[in-house]
Amino acid sequence: MSLAPVEIPTQVLEPAAPEDGQGGGRAIQGRSPLRLALARLRTDRMAWVAAGMIVLMALLAIVAPLISAATGHSAYNPDLVNGTNSFGQPYGPGQAGFLLGTDNLGRDILVRVAYGARISLLVGVLATLLATIGGTVIGLVSGYFGGWIDALLARLMDAVLSFPYVLAAIVIASVFGGSLSLTIGVIAFFSWAAIGRIVRGQTLSQKEKEYVEAARSIGAAPFRIMFVDILPNLIAPVLVLGTLLVPVAIVFEATLDYLGVGVGPPIPTWGNMLADDQGSAGFGAWWFWVFPSVALLITTLGFNLLGDSVRDALDPRTERIFAMRRKGGAASGGPNGTAPDDSASVAEPAPS
Amino acid sequence: MIRFIIRRVVQGIITLWVIVSLVFILFFMTKPDPARLLAGKEATVAQVATIRRALGLDAPLWQQYLSFLGRLVQGNLGESYKLHEPVTTLLGQWVQVDISLAVGAGIIWLIMGLSVGILAARRPRSVWDRSATVFVLVGLSTPTFILGLLLLFVFFYILTTHGIAIFPSAGNYTPFLTNPAEWAHDLILPWLTLALITAATYARLSRSSLLEVLGEDYIRTARAKGLSERRVVYRHALRAAITPIVTQFGIDLATVLGGAIITETIFGLPGLGQNVVNAIGREDLPVIQGIVLVAAAFIVVANIIVDVLYAVIDPRVRLS
Repeated sequence: MSLAPVEIPTQVLEPAAPEDGQGGGRAIQGRSPLRLALARLRTDRMAWVAAGMIVLMALLAIVAPLISAATGHSAYNPDLVNGTNSFGQPYGPGQAGFLLGTDNLGRDILVRVAYGARISLLVGVLATLLATIGGTVIGLVSGYFGGWIDALLARLMDAVLSFPYVLAAIVIASVFGGSLSLTIGVIAFFSWAAIGRIVRGQTLSQKEKEYVEAARSIGAAPFRIMFVDILPNLIAPVLVLGTLLVPVAIVFEATLDYLGVGVGPPIPTWGNMLADDQGSAGFGAWWFWVFPSVALLITTLGFNLLGDSVRDALDPRTERIFAMRRKGGAASGGPNGTAPDDSASVAEPAPS
Repeated sequence: MIRFIIRRVVQGIITLWVIVSLVFILFFMTKPDPARLLAGKEATVAQVATIRRALGLDAPLWQQYLSFLGRLVQGNLGESYKLHEPVTTLLGQWVQVDISLAVGAGIIWLIMGLSVGILAARRPRSVWDRSATVFVLVGLSTPTFILGLLLLFVFFYILTTHGIAIFPSAGNYTPFLTNPAEWAHDLILPWLTLALITAATYARLSRSSLLEVLGEDYIRTARAKGLSERRVVYRHALRAAITPIVTQFGIDLATVLGGAIITETIFGLPGLGQNVVNAIGREDLPVIQGIVLVAAAFIVVANIIVDVLYAVIDPRVRLS
């Protein structure tokens, strides 16, 4: 979709009623809520910073094999001959052509951090996608049908949310043996309920509205009403929650790997790099753990900032967590009495 | 009220039953024979059979499950396959570490989170508010193990290598009753790790909750009566704003009590979290089941207590 060149006048900042999605054919040219949101997002400096951080990490993930080829250093194979000095000790950053140093098996930290970005982003995005789709469908079904279906599904969501999930994930991963697909599955399984609960709540209020009644009166089937009529009105909270779920999923993956029950060696991930390194060399070799940590932090910060910006763009009335002055205007969100924000948080806190 | 509590307790017991059964099924579906594990590599077939009979592992699975549930109801969690002690005894020792962790960290994160949140809410858009924002952002984005490693690196490694050995290394734990000063000294870094990460949530929660309340009519009335701002914020607004924070606090405390796996792993603390990881490593099913059960029970109980507290703090809940 190509957007008209930006001149972001004040009226763009007015929240649009979600119902006038197909606003074409009127005297004043209508703009879809999505367009308005995109326009708002583009003037948000924080969103650009966040996007920059994420793009940086995505690039690192994409060019990982190129870095490996260019330096001739493998991400997997130990290389004690070239990767350690004559005393068998790892090189520090900048020594012997290793930009970020080597680990105690002589592997290039830069190459491993780059390969780690692939796992983190892959797991973060895929697990979030699965959890978002699952949570949305289950939340819609639960909220729309009500009755015993709702009672059952709502109970299930509560159960998943009240599970000690790091513990459960470790048990599951140890029983089935850690692998990439299992890690994604486990993270998705413990994340969908947070989205499902909010979608359910929104569906409950949406289904009382006139447009649903209208759809039903012309004979639309329940699934049509749920996915064609109601779903588009839930896109905003789902998008926000989804974006904020990505960093949670990435930290979850890193945590599992740190504890040794995630994707697992020899595949380099930021989590298992941190775990390897704490045990073997101790803190003298700070570059073992500082670089994977920084990469992880840039990624989680990026997604958290982006999620906040997306929320702000889609629903300017809500409170921002990470407010920063908007270009050419005051930061949004009234100082007082802002709307209660039920899409503010993904229910899961960082694992302790 | 009584009926409400009874219903919640029954729901909680059902949840616990589901969780315990899941762990049971999961392990018996996939794990090799525990008797063989116990007997060791050199055991003869006859020895393995003897152990299997002694543990009741030769019975059909459903009989094992029923006898397991039967023992559970009597408060008997079985005996560790490897440590050869009753699981309840072991849990009793380990949970002390988690109680120590939860008490210290909980106090710190509550004070820290609330102060930051209140400061930010009283002066929205000020420098204080913006600093609070950065605090929240960093806290929400930092994984626990990175903060733990960082604290260990800065306060233990760098200080110690410069001759200022005031913070202990990982792997130290002194029970409170042995030496309270040493206890706090050994736990200060784990406390800070848990507290800093968790405080971010509290800062955000208390800020938004307090901001919402401060916009209400009765606050304007209180101000119009000429009450001091301090009294308005702390006596009138905070009381109403505290409800979501109480909920969060109950659940978070319970989560730490059930084992702060990552913090314990980094700092080598012998609590439930580290021990469940070890138990998984040696396939010690009774211990794993015991810890999962206790961890889930903490959360279930916390949920019930929070619901009751809700009604105590907020009379509006009682009416509905």
